[in-house]
Amino acid sequence: MLYGLMAEFDNPDTLVVASRRAYQDGYRQLDAYTPFPIEELHEALDLHHTSVPLLVLIGGIVGGVTGYGLEYWVSVVAYPLNIGGRPFHSWPAFIPVTFEMTVLFAAITAVFGMLALNKLPMPYHPVFNVPRFALATRDRFFLCIEAKDRKFDAMATRRFLESCGPREVTDVEQ
Amino acid sequence: MNDSAIPELSGLRRAAIVFGGVGVLALLVGAFLSPAQFFHSYLFAYMYWVGFGIGCLGIVMVYHLTGGGWGVAVRRLLEAGAGTLPLMAVLFVPLLFGLHQIYEWTHTETMMADEVLRAKLPYLNIPFFIARAVFYFAAWIALVFFLTRWSREQDRTGDPRLAVNMRKLSGGGIVLLAFTVTFAVFDWVMSLDPHWFSTVFGMLFLGGQALGAMAFVIAIAYLLSRRPEFARVLAPTILNDLGNLLLTFVMIWAYLSFSQLLIIWAGNLPEEIPWYLHRIAGGWNLIATALAIFYFAVPFLVLLGRSNKRQHHRLATIAVAIIIARLLDLFFLIMPEFYRDRLSVHWLDVAAIAGVGGLWVTMFLWRLGSQPLLPQHDPELAPALARKH
Repeated sequence: MLYGLMAEFDNPDTLVVASRRAYQDGYRQLDAYTPFPIEELHEALDLHHTSVPLLVLIGGIVGGVTGYGLEYWVSVVAYPLNIGGRPFHSWPAFIPVTFEMTVLFAAITAVFGMLALNKLPMPYHPVFNVPRFALATRDRFFLCIEAKDRKFDAMATRRFLESCGPREVTDVEQ
Repeated sequence: MNDSAIPELSGLRRAAIVFGGVGVLALLVGAFLSPAQFFHSYLFAYMYWVGFGIGCLGIVMVYHLTGGGWGVAVRRLLEAGAGTLPLMAVLFVPLLFGLHQIYEWTHTETMMADEVLRAKLPYLNIPFFIARAVFYFAAWIALVFFLTRWSREQDRTGDPRLAVNMRKLSGGGIVLLAFTVTFAVFDWVMSLDPHWFSTVFGMLFLGGQALGAMAFVIAIAYLLSRRPEFARVLAPTILNDLGNLLLTFVMIWAYLSFSQLLIIWAGNLPEEIPWYLHRIAGGWNLIATALAIFYFAVPFLVLLGRSNKRQHHRLATIAVAIIIARLLDLFFLIMPEFYRDRLSVHWLDVAAIAGVGGLWVTMFLWRLGSQPLLPQHDPELAPALARKH
């Protein structure tokens, strides 16, 4: 059973051009693998729609409200103490904790939200069936078009990938 | 000074000449009508505009140390901004004629009557004040001189050693700048209330000046982005970097301002807390509230959005808003010392901002026109122009 077709490129520029062509040709179930982040790939594959920023924003707001609420509850409701004649609700003193809790909740949401949205941890992925794929963490750039794409056709897609100037095109077993 | 050099900026040049001319005339009239108010307004305007020059010098030295694609696009703008510092040294001279109207510590009888102030006399006296100012300007102008000279030589010859020279100078230069600016604002602004002190005051100014300078170069870069070669180096990724730097400076300013407030509020000491008491009374609290909203909350929230940083007109709009809000910042730091009972805005404040600003912007444009708009042999330029996607 075929998972998809994978093309190996030896430089990022060819990969970006190939990804853009594939996307423009109508392929949607595809992914690029690179040793380092390449900003232009977002553009080429139209990968703008991530919900991580929204999650982080919500996490931050929840953290800030929790921090301020905790301080308010402690200082005004539960254990009101007269400190130097200041009001119980002394907002300047609450800001550092509010700030730290905002950062803490936002950071935790960012890490776990990213993992969850990427469906990580993932013990098995078919792309690792291609032995040379190990080079994706070193100096090679890969583009994989998956068989579940509506436009996928073993012959035509292979011809398309070979026209993009790869080192080689390999079948990826399921 | 030829208009053909940078046609995109000719509107700005005309505005600078008109506002500068009218402002300087109004200042001259005001100097005779109400000398005390003249010096207060002049100090306010001077501190506002000198900050853009110092901020530009600081950021260009940071760029020489760190590199990065963001710097190529704005390096010439930063260099031209720093190049206004010799003019600001000249414009400092009028302040020397108003020291008695501006600084309480110049009245020796007041100083001798107060035990704490008597102990500050070895530092707060006119000859030492002037000697320190000469040293600050000498240091800043020396940094500007060498950076400009090597920059011109780099344009001409492309000698790679020049980039190394600039990096080495910037390493020490940034330390020198931090110390000189700290002491300069201690002298020029903090000593307005000779009793009061805040060790974070210098950093607070450095942060605000970097914020103002960054906003200024982003706004100018927007005017220049109609030029094809300039548009190419100002790719959305670069704008994103510039926007993030702007956001960083907004947060640094807010962080330091709040630190100062928190420490003084928590200490609640009689020689520290009056500084804030003057600033929450008699209408000054309106300025404080406006600062929190327009100098922190709004720019912070807008700059969090990725698309606001990547679209040049949106980034330029927020930059202009920050440049205007910076007026409030300086007004809040300086003017309550002169008008403690109630908020006071005088027509001379406006005239001083226009007059000094007109001269400053004219000088900036003159320096900008004297070199190509992109640093010709900057190691970062080739990759910036080669970016294909």
